[in-house]
Amino acid sequence: MDYKSEELLICVIARLLDGIGHVAVGVSSPIPGSAALLQRALSGGETQVTVLNSEHLQSLNDGTGELFDRAAQGRIGAFFLSGGQIDGQANINLVGIGAYPQQTVRWSGSFGSAFLYYVVPRVILFRDEHTRRTMVETVDFISAPGLSAPGVYRPGGPYALVTNLGAFAFDKDRARFRLTSIHPGHSLEEILDNTGFTFDHDPSPPTTQAPESDRLTLLRGAIAQEVADPYPKFAKAVFDC
Amino acid sequence: MQRIARAWGQVTSVNRDTLLLIPLGEGRLSRNTAPDKAEGAMKQLELEALTGLVPDGASVVIPVSRSGVAMAATRALIARGVKDLHLIAAPTAGIQADMLIGAGCVDVMESAGITLDEQGQAGRFVAAVKSGAIRLKDTTCPALVSGLQAGEKGIPFMPMRGLIGSDLLANRPDYRVIDNPMADGGDPIVLLPAITPDIALFHAPLADRFGNVWIGKMREMMTMAHAAKTTLITVEAITDDDLMQDPLRAPATIPALYVSAIAKAENGAWPLGLEGCYPPDQPALVDYAIAARSDDGFATYMAGAFGKAAE
Repeated sequence: MDYKSEELLICVIARLLDGIGHVAVGVSSPIPGSAALLQRALSGGETQVTVLNSEHLQSLNDGTGELFDRAAQGRIGAFFLSGGQIDGQANINLVGIGAYPQQTVRWSGSFGSAFLYYVVPRVILFRDEHTRRTMVETVDFISAPGLSAPGVYRPGGPYALVTNLGAFAFDKDRARFRLTSIHPGHSLEEILDNTGFTFDHDPSPPTTQAPESDRLTLLRGAIAQEVADPYPKFAKAVFDC
Repeated sequence: MQRIARAWGQVTSVNRDTLLLIPLGEGRLSRNTAPDKAEGAMKQLELEALTGLVPDGASVVIPVSRSGVAMAATRALIARGVKDLHLIAAPTAGIQADMLIGAGCVDVMESAGITLDEQGQAGRFVAAVKSGAIRLKDTTCPALVSGLQAGEKGIPFMPMRGLIGSDLLANRPDYRVIDNPMADGGDPIVLLPAITPDIALFHAPLADRFGNVWIGKMREMMTMAHAAKTTLITVEAITDDDLMQDPLRAPATIPALYVSAIAKAENGAWPLGLEGCYPPDQPALVDYAIAARSDDGFATYMAGAFGKAAE
């Protein structure tokens, strides 16, 4: 069954959400959002999804702070973060490039990262541009650190990194990423060429599993309709609905 | 107006003449005189008079772009030439902050993020950061929420997990780290100073003639109003009902004693949307985002915006 690159990424991320009770997603994260909705369908209702700032996929009603309170209690199982820069220790930079504060490149800001990265057990980093520009040796500004010093309250943190080229797991003990699979059509050499940090990998890492045909059918049917609520542009472009 | 009337019950059809029939206070804000004195009569003002209560140099807390942004009031503030504002996003901001920054009204920008959402980067904010025209107090969303909660509780600070090891904390000398006094040693935790803004400014669907303001699901407006010294609200409509006597609406209503003044501004969130009333005007937001990418584009846009408003 043919599939689009977005559909592959959605299925990769959905597998990382297996067993999660409540997953929260940002409103500008259509691929993770679609993955969360796919996982919800596959879980038979076990997985709840909250899309921040969406009109309908909202299970909270006590204002902006409620999600953070719930996360602080350990009741958000998974969340997604990204970065203008991500480095080999899983530090993320959402602020900008150059000397702070008068930076040469400025992005939007850190949003909830400097809190949620600490308290959500399974934070999945997602970036659909895997280049030496985004995957750097050391970030220019730490919006949120990948690791904390011993003694700092840190039940949460980086679990995986998914890009347009491959998928990585984060090894907290080694403070390093490990390449777990390479997406079809890409190679280890391409990933090494495009990554500014060193990472662990097998000599011949496996190829990322293609989307299962039953999942593609589910995705293009019921899930596509759900995706169109918070992510109308994305649903139109990928699922033509 | 009719659409809102259907959604929220009977609405008083008011115009500029009948507004004067509603009792006005002395024109002074109660919380500026005696902190324990509640509003007597609602202060209903014209939009320009309401925004006139925002002094130069004020700290002003503003809501997220999703719903409740007082854009008509923002245009009035810019037309007045307000200066040196300390904007506090609760906890992120968009076109409102970008426009105020571009118009030279902002000295300090305190937020967890400034973005035009689907339309991408906030061009005037980015330009002001690069030129050093504004001072930044960057932080993370729950830190702003927690600071405002400390403000509404009247306590000096709120502790919060996270932040330790970030460059946000490294650049915020007003944030402190202590060891959790409830633990047996260790366990560092960040203390965030209370945020008590001079002004809370936002837009809501409905007020009543007593000055109570219905906010629907926008609970953060309640926190903003509790924390701020002065709360200024523009509304789509004003009803004869007493919102505080309606058991369905009262829990989502800001009591009048927190409301310093209101002004009626139909489509007052435009070009942003107001949840339950009208959606964002996407073409208008795209126009702004493109214009804000350059000094000239912004200047042309603003000249056009004010020309249109004057017609």
